[in-house]
Amino acid sequence: MENKKHTRKGDIIFSDYTPGDGIKKAVTLSREDILFEIKDSKLKGRGGAGFPVSTKWMLAAAAISDEKYIVCNADEGEPGTFKDRVLLYEYPELVFDGMVIAGYTIGAKKGIVYLRGEYEHALKPLEDYLQKMRDENLLGKSILGIRNFNFDIEIFVGSSAYVCGEETALIESLEGNRGEARNRPPYPVNTGFKKKPTSVNNVETLCCIPHIVLNGGNWFKKFGTGESTGTKIFSISGDCEKPDVYELPWGTTLKELLEISGAQNTKAVQIGGASGQCVPKAQFNRKLAYEDLPTGGSIIVFNESRNMLKVLKNFMEFFVEESCGQCTPCRIGNRKLLEGVNMIEKGEYTFTYLNKLKELGKTMQVASKCGLGQSSPNSFISILENFNDEIFSYNNGGTHA
Amino acid sequence: MLVSEKTSLTEEIELLVQKYGNDRSSLLKILQDVQKNHRYISEFAQQEIARLLKIHPVEVYSVVSFYAFLNSKPKGRNIVRICRTITCDMKNKEAIAKAVERELGIKMGETTKDKKFTIEYANCLGLCDEGPAMAINERVYTKLTPEKAVEYLNSVK
Repeated sequence: MENKKHTRKGDIIFSDYTPGDGIKKAVTLSREDILFEIKDSKLKGRGGAGFPVSTKWMLAAAAISDEKYIVCNADEGEPGTFKDRVLLYEYPELVFDGMVIAGYTIGAKKGIVYLRGEYEHALKPLEDYLQKMRDENLLGKSILGIRNFNFDIEIFVGSSAYVCGEETALIESLEGNRGEARNRPPYPVNTGFKKKPTSVNNVETLCCIPHIVLNGGNWFKKFGTGESTGTKIFSISGDCEKPDVYELPWGTTLKELLEISGAQNTKAVQIGGASGQCVPKAQFNRKLAYEDLPTGGSIIVFNESRNMLKVLKNFMEFFVEESCGQCTPCRIGNRKLLEGVNMIEKGEYTFTYLNKLKELGKTMQVASKCGLGQSSPNSFISILENFNDEIFSYNNGGTHA
Repeated sequence: MLVSEKTSLTEEIELLVQKYGNDRSSLLKILQDVQKNHRYISEFAQQEIARLLKIHPVEVYSVVSFYAFLNSKPKGRNIVRICRTITCDMKNKEAIAKAVERELGIKMGETTKDKKFTIEYANCLGLCDEGPAMAINERVYTKLTPEKAVEYLNSVK
């Protein structure tokens, strides 16, 4: 893997930053001041769900407990996303400074990075970086010489389970259990890791924090749209000349994204990975933003040569394998949807049955216990609706998408 | 399993419990270390972990069976995982898989007779910008061609 940090350019995360500066500024502010700036910035969670960070942190800060935790969600498993891998390798100072500031703000003494098992190769460089921070008194006991400001970070490696990206499943996994989502409420901000108040934040979200602390919420709001403030790191892959991560302001259109990544003859773009939606050419003027096309940043480009049914099959096979099996709509539903794709492939379907499967997909969206089953039917529904002409005149062809 | 093997496994697990603590939250770390050392977690190992953490052996089994990187059946000394998710699929992961299968004379999901390799598919390895990708144990290899994939395989002892 190539380290391209020196070539990256962006307004926020990829802008200049001196390691430790965010922490040094934060300790001159009160916890309330930091919460105010984050609220003012309107920063929303970058993992995909888009929950306001200030609300999460205020609840965690207000919770009364002698033990609190900050968890960095680095269980980046969504097909097509690799931004967290890049951030962990190239910008660990932002991730960890963000966690230390979070610890200071909500009153946690311990941070845990949940690193997906597939990224174990990043463990050594990250641990070396943490040690460097301890040596510089940016981590550990009495940070920057401030009495009672103790915060340390541990890295926990997962063992491969997509569902652990869901925050309550992640906490179960940290506790040594199967990664099955919990019933909510209670939410982790009150009853999290070891039943203590816990704030779970995405890697990219934490990377925004030092910049907001240094420059203020008002500055952050200058980028993006009214509802979607700041920038987003997009992971672009598939049929394009320059697959990579790009930091762009929210509100960027799909068309612009395709130009930047050097995509040609594009037929469709999958927004938000396998659990997102597939957007056809006619809609490439749409904006990437919470109010139009929300995304955790996975952008997969398909050119005219791709077979959308094979794409859909790849997604559904993924979900059948990754459903944790806890709740029925997700466990059985994904199997039924995959069966439907296989029926189309063999030409053994009826439209009446396919319509029933779309209904089933909509049922899964409301009846599944966690985000996995709630979002897995998205591709099934959007691909069948947007590419029906292609799919239903489909002749059995090659072996890959 | 020989009695001497069992004794040494018990000692190994006791040391791991000492290192990580006997709290339930240490379970995954202990399992990961046993998996790394033996490439699988035997029933005996699961029972010993359960005994030392004071939980039911089925609790341990429930965790082992849940995670893709933990195995209760013996595997090869080196686990080769080829990414099969969409972007690598579009970059023709199939050709990589076929080349590896031919070279080792086994199919995906199988282990070579000398127990040197197990080959399997993995879901998204997060290397979509550099696909097709594969991992051999913890190391990852990107921008593969069928020939390069086999070369990396042969470089493993």
